[in-house]
Amino acid sequence: MVLEDKLFTVKYSPDTVSHLNPDNEMCGMCTSKICTKICPANVYEWDEANQKLVVNFENCLECGACRVACEKKCIKWEYPKGTKGVTFKLG
Amino acid sequence: MSEQNNKIDVIVVGAGPAGISCAVTIARGGKKVVLIERGSFAGSKNVFGGAIYTQPTKEIFPDFEASAPLERKNVDHKFAILGEDDSTVISYKNKTEAAGSYTVIRGKFDRWMADEAKKEGVYLVEKTVVRELLTENGKVVGVKTELEDYYADIVVLADGVNSLLAKQIGLREEIQPKDVALSVKEVIKLDKEKINDRFNISDGEGCIYEIFGGPMLGMLGLAFMYTNSNSITIGLGITLSELVERGIRPYDLLEQLKSHPTIAPLIKDGELQEYSAHLIPEGGYNKIPKLSSDGVMIVGDAAMLVNNLHWEGTNLAMISGKLAGEAAVDAINSGDFSAKSLRKYEEKLKNSFVMKDLITYKDLMDIAHKKSDAFLDYYLRTINSFFKMFTSVDSVPKRQKYYDFVSKFFKERKILNILSDFWHGIKLVWSILKWY
Repeated sequence: MVLEDKLFTVKYSPDTVSHLNPDNEMCGMCTSKICTKICPANVYEWDEANQKLVVNFENCLECGACRVACEKKCIKWEYPKGTKGVTFKLG
Repeated sequence: MSEQNNKIDVIVVGAGPAGISCAVTIARGGKKVVLIERGSFAGSKNVFGGAIYTQPTKEIFPDFEASAPLERKNVDHKFAILGEDDSTVISYKNKTEAAGSYTVIRGKFDRWMADEAKKEGVYLVEKTVVRELLTENGKVVGVKTELEDYYADIVVLADGVNSLLAKQIGLREEIQPKDVALSVKEVIKLDKEKINDRFNISDGEGCIYEIFGGPMLGMLGLAFMYTNSNSITIGLGITLSELVERGIRPYDLLEQLKSHPTIAPLIKDGELQEYSAHLIPEGGYNKIPKLSSDGVMIVGDAAMLVNNLHWEGTNLAMISGKLAGEAAVDAINSGDFSAKSLRKYEEKLKNSFVMKDLITYKDLMDIAHKKSDAFLDYYLRTINSFFKMFTSVDSVPKRQKYYDFVSKFFKERKILNILSDFWHGIKLVWSILKWY
C-alpha cells in the first residue's frame, strides 16, 4: 500500500498557514535532508531546482520526529491551532 | 493582581491518561482544576500500541470495566521472533484469570475518561493550545493560550512526549534521536469471526503479539499487534536514531512486516481504517527530566515515563498523574506551591513501581544500543535456525546436525563478540536484579 492511500484514512482540518517552518538557509546547507526520509507522512520534499524544502504541512501527523531528527535543529515546530491539524478517530 | 479573574487552583495541560488522572484526583480532593486539551476532543491527538492495564486503571476509575468502551480482554500474549521468512512463536495463554489488560480505541477511551472526570468536577477546555507557560520570578504562574491567559497556583504538564512547555522552562533538555522511538501503526478492519478464528480466541477475548526481528532485524525496534472487537492494530516502533542512520522510511518497514509470511495471513483481506504515527519516549530512567519546580510538575510521556521492555506507558502515565494530583492537593491545603512542596510528587513517584521499574531497567537501553546487532539480530536468527535444524527431517544424522549448528554458530560470529555479548548479558541481568 502506498503512503497516499494510508494518509487518505486520516482525518485532517488543515490550517491555511504552516505550523512547520524550516529555516531554508540552513536546509540548503543540510547534507542528510533526513526530514525527507523519516517523516511518516512524507511532509518534506526537497525541491532541487529551487533549492527549497517543500513542506506539505497539511499531511502532518504531529508526531514531532522531524523536530528531533533535524540535524540543523532548524525546524520551527509548533502545534497547529486548537481546531486544526490531525484528528485520530481511533488512535 | 489583575490576574485574579482567570485564576484557578490547578491547570493541567493535556487530556491523555496522565492529565485526566491528575485532574480527576485534584477534583476529588475538592480543588478547582481546569484541564486544557489541544485536540477537538480528549484522545483526538493520542496514539498508542493498544492495551490499557486493569489494576492501574482501577486506581483512577475503580468501576471502569462496567462502563468504559473496552474492545477485548487480553487472554493470549504471543512473542514472535521473525526471521526473514520463518518465525518462532511463544504463547502464554490464560483464559481463567481476571483481565490484566484490555485493548481500547483511544479516540473512544480517552474521551470516556475525560467525560468521567467532568462528572467529578474537572473543567475540560478542548480545542485550545497552550503556547507557553507564564512565569513570575522563576515561578510558573499560569499558561498562555491562543485566546487568553489563565492563572493557577500549580500547572501540571501532561503535554506528551514532545513537551514543548517543559523545554520552555528548562526542566527538560532537547530530546535526542536515540531517546525516542518513532512508531507507525495501522488499524485494520476485519470481521469479528475472522479475528476469532485467526487468533484462536472467542468473542470478547483478545490476543497480543509482541514481534521481534523480521524487517527490524539488527535495529533497535519492536513491532506489535493487538486485536480490537472488529479490527486489528499492527504497528512498529524504531528508535529514531536507527532510522536516521539508515535513512529508512518507517512505513516501508511496516509494509514489509505486513507482508511477512507469519503476519500476512492474519490481516489478509482487512481494510485499512486509520494510519497514525507517534513518538515513544525510550530514554528510560537516565532521561527523566526534573519532575517539579516552583508551581509546576511534569507527568506521563512528558516526563519520559515509559517502561519499553514491558510495553508499559499508559499505566505509568495514570499513576504519575494521580501522584502529582495528590501532591497538588496537599500543596493547596498547605498554601505552599514552592519547588520544595511539590517535590513530594517526586518522593511519591520514587516509592511507587513507576520509578522503581525505571531504575531496574536504567542500563537496558545503553546495552541495547550497544548490542542490537547481537540481541536483535544474530541471536534472533539463531533461535529460528535452531528450530529449523531441530525440525528438519532429511536423513542427515542428528549428531551431525548438532555439530553443524554449533560450528556455524561460532563461525558466523567472532568468539570475542560472543564473549562480549555474554558479558553484556550478565551485566544487564545483574543491573536488573541487584538490590538498591
